[in-house]
Amino acid sequence: MTVTHRLTRIAFGLSFGLAFACAQAATTVTVASFPSFDEAVKAAIPLYKKAHPDVEIKLVSLAFGDHHNAMTTALATGTNLPDVMAVEVGFIGKFAESGGLEDLSKAPYSAMQYQNKFAKFTFPQATGGVGNVAAMPADIGPGALFYRKDLLEKAGISEGDLTKSWDSFLESGKKLKAASGTYLLSNAVDLKDIYIRTGLKDGEGIYFDSKGKVLVNSPRFAKAFELAKAARTAGLDAKIAAWSPEWSEGFKRNQVATQMMGAWLAGHFAQWLAPNTKGNWRSAQLPNGGFASWGGSFYAIPKAAANKKEAWEFIKFMTLNKDMQIEAFRKLDAFPALIEAQNDPFLDQPIEFLGGQKARQLWKVAADKIPAVAVDKFDGTAQDIVNAELDKVLEQNKDIKTALADAQTQIEKRVRRKK
Amino acid sequence: MSVTSSDSPAASELAASPPRRRRKLQAWEWAPYVFISPFFILFLVFGLFPLLFSMWLAFQTWDPSTGLQGMEWVGIENFKFVLEDDWFQKSLYNTFWIAIVSGLPQHLVAIPLAYFAHTYLRKHRNAVVGVYFLPFITSTVAIALVWNSLFSRDFGVINMALTSIGNFSIAGLHPLAWLFPTTNVDWAQPQYTKWMISSLVFWRYVGWNTVLYLSALQTIPRDLYEAATIDGASSRQQFWHITVPLLRPMMFFAVTLTIIGNLQLFEEPFIITGGTGGINQAGKTAAMHMYNTAFVDSDFGTASAVAWILFVIIGLMTWANNKFFAQKD
Repeated sequence: MTVTHRLTRIAFGLSFGLAFACAQAATTVTVASFPSFDEAVKAAIPLYKKAHPDVEIKLVSLAFGDHHNAMTTALATGTNLPDVMAVEVGFIGKFAESGGLEDLSKAPYSAMQYQNKFAKFTFPQATGGVGNVAAMPADIGPGALFYRKDLLEKAGISEGDLTKSWDSFLESGKKLKAASGTYLLSNAVDLKDIYIRTGLKDGEGIYFDSKGKVLVNSPRFAKAFELAKAARTAGLDAKIAAWSPEWSEGFKRNQVATQMMGAWLAGHFAQWLAPNTKGNWRSAQLPNGGFASWGGSFYAIPKAAANKKEAWEFIKFMTLNKDMQIEAFRKLDAFPALIEAQNDPFLDQPIEFLGGQKARQLWKVAADKIPAVAVDKFDGTAQDIVNAELDKVLEQNKDIKTALADAQTQIEKRVRRKK
Repeated sequence: MSVTSSDSPAASELAASPPRRRRKLQAWEWAPYVFISPFFILFLVFGLFPLLFSMWLAFQTWDPSTGLQGMEWVGIENFKFVLEDDWFQKSLYNTFWIAIVSGLPQHLVAIPLAYFAHTYLRKHRNAVVGVYFLPFITSTVAIALVWNSLFSRDFGVINMALTSIGNFSIAGLHPLAWLFPTTNVDWAQPQYTKWMISSLVFWRYVGWNTVLYLSALQTIPRDLYEAATIDGASSRQQFWHITVPLLRPMMFFAVTLTIIGNLQLFEEPFIITGGTGGINQAGKTAAMHMYNTAFVDSDFGTASAVAWILFVIIGLMTWANNKFFAQKD
């Protein structure tokens, strides 16, 4: 009896000890992300385990909208927060000003020392109102023009015709339409979207200046609306909403000749949007010598996270490690924010989908010239309002001046009362 | 207070009597409470608490990403803002438009359909009812996506059918071109958006209503019809004078459900319009406005105010509906 008794006690003690040891050994770092950005984490897990056998990485991935909604509500209650939070550029302004994320510029992180290692516009994006750095940049989206070389050649248009100026861009569209009935753009809204992002100075925002003043009723927006209107009037756009089934159908059936978006679009094209058009696409800089940032993703640590130290190690691994950045570039065409990774020979490799073009070098040139645009927590609201007004201009012939004035009033109305 | 506990006879009696031994509760006494407790616990957590919280929130301004300490009391400011907001008014108009255009025909079609199934499809009734009911239990997201591709401008079946009728020609003439389109219709245009959503909502819930009416029809005693037949009433007379009056309680119930459901319409327009409400917000419902206020504008206080205003409107509509059906009795 006593022997068994003692044995059980030893067994108990052992198992307790083991459990304790295990708990010590395996710290679990939870990473919350969204597709397809989560692929980078999936790729990193085995590599990270090799270097840090004592850390377990748990990936929680939700759909894009759901992820950011879940993070918003988690920040609201301060519970259920992951250790590492992926944030898309559209939400970084909101989250940076929330005060729910660790200020990475302070010790023990002191992230400012890494600032010069990243594309210059990324840190300002992640900086909140009180100078806090809310997140580390992982990938960026240099704006690029993608065009169908074969369709252009048929219409006798060169790349230079497309990119020389906005006028020549629209003129090429008219030639294209006349030659084969192909649309220049999927949607005139794209012209507006690119134009309002180009020609900004460092520190200036797309919709708001650094003091929160609304910038919508301005020549920049007026010109953007005029361009969109001109394209619509000339019948150059297919009136297709991006990411709709018609959108990819339009590319697959050779009905749309160009698309302006982030460089990452090449990957989407090749994988699912229009794999059958492989070899026919090329990439170029945006028309009229513009450079714009289109998308991008970050990693942040919530203030209420349980394993901040390990989380920071993991974030450094994902963002400061050149090999990991290249891996993400290779896997999901996420253009690295890390300059060291941008200088990797991988950028010299030809892209098969773009007919062997070495387009990554082109995107790097763009990335260097993109201004450090400030983001605002109300960018999403402003974008919705501007798009609604542009719809009225395009569909109901609303006067551009009135539309912009209305947009300005609407934004001020919906934003000021919340400040 | 004039009455204190010691003045009360019951209390003094209690105090005077020797302390009774507490009887141990038997399992059969407390077990039922344990068994029904899950409902009450779940209701408290997921029902009552959110309700009270959102009522509290309606008087605050709150961006949730700032955490709970970011709340700030603003009184009825949110309600004032919502009621004066042209976007809210527009979304409310859209909601009512869709509710009426999709809701009314539902009942006008479902009652005859149920009557037909009840009277003529004795043997195959269940199979047919199953088919009616299928859209109701299918995922809204899937249905809305199917609808989107049916109504696709360039590749949709609807446009293909319409234009092929419009372009139908005999000896070089197009006899139907005046009635049907000859080129593809862009269904995303604001004048069509609400029709598109309404057609989807109608199709989706007509089967549900049919099943409701069918179950009511089955409770009508057959001898009423037999007596009517003996008295020489035609089947049309039987429908109007027996079926319709006896269906009234079910009509009240079904219409109430339609009112509540349609005023809360969210998924169908959200997916059809890609979350934006479509061009010029033509298809944005009040529930979508509430969602956007909360999750795009990060303004949960105002969103809660929208929710409560919507609650009052639904309450009023249900009350009016009650009056309408009660009056005739």
